[in-house]
Amino acid sequence: MEGTLNAVGYGLAAIGPGIGVGLIFAAYIQGVARQPEARSVLQPIAFLGFALAEALALFGLVLAFVL
Amino acid sequence: MLAEEGEGYTPPGSGDFKLPPLVDNLEWFTKPYLMALVSVGILVALFYFAARRPQLVPSRLQFAGEGIYGFVRRDLARDIIGSNDFLKFLPLIFSLFIFIALNNVFGIIPFIQFPTMSLIGFPIALTLIVWITYNWVGMRRQGVVGYFKNMMFPPGVPSWVYILLAPLELVSTVFVRPLTLSLRLFANMFAGHLLLIVFILGGEYMLVEGEGVVKVLSIGAFAMGIVMTFFELLVQLLQAYIFALLTALYIAGAMSEEH
Repeated sequence: MEGTLNAVGYGLAAIGPGIGVGLIFAAYIQGVARQPEARSVLQPIAFLGFALAEALALFGLVLAFVL
Repeated sequence: MLAEEGEGYTPPGSGDFKLPPLVDNLEWFTKPYLMALVSVGILVALFYFAARRPQLVPSRLQFAGEGIYGFVRRDLARDIIGSNDFLKFLPLIFSLFIFIALNNVFGIIPFIQFPTMSLIGFPIALTLIVWITYNWVGMRRQGVVGYFKNMMFPPGVPSWVYILLAPLELVSTVFVRPLTLSLRLFANMFAGHLLLIVFILGGEYMLVEGEGVVKVLSIGAFAMGIVMTFFELLVQLLQAYIFALLTALYIAGAMSEEH
């Protein structure tokens, strides 16, 4: 077996953001299901939160290649 | 497909993204560069002919062009920036959306099969435009002091929290936003292309070099490659949408007085 531990480290680092993104969209879907008119209000908020949570995973990806 | 044949299996890696120059003496003129230029030509021609002779009963091309334009105008620009100011920024958001969408979809069009945005330089250039735009708009709208004051000291927070909040907001708005905006696009395209190469090259290696059962199993790898191609189409369009959406969000955030 060859390769670096970076890939394993990135896999571990992606767990947190993965859960976070899941929670954000779960809340978004629930909100729209309960109140369909709120969709256009919730959508930007959901995507902003998603962008912030995903940023952590992206930092991990970059570090996996850089280190 | 750039892997060497014969001597064992070479797994695809970031080296597969370094393409040779198309013309001998021009180091920078590679395939993605040409693709970016061609994509601009395609888009200009497409939307020029779609909008050239507008008719009450639209032709097919006009209908498609108006559909894409209407989607960006309604769902991205107007809903987020607000109906007073969105027209100024619509050209930027629309251009970003169609440019990124086409360049991403190049990744799965046969014989082209390379997403332009999987090279970090292209997303960085686009992000620079967005970064300058929303900071400029914020400073124009609220004044330089007001822009940073509203950014770092949003009202309605207990004063001791500002010790933590002010630097975080500054770093997040000025540095992390452009970083993640370009990295998100780059990383998605990079990883998607790598995934396709892994399945297709792996399947090819199993078919050519393998024996007996392994040859048969290569069908699985190729099937997975085809499934992933359709998944990639979804991801590519979604990334173009998210890039345009975040651009609109950042501009809207810079324009509004309250946070």
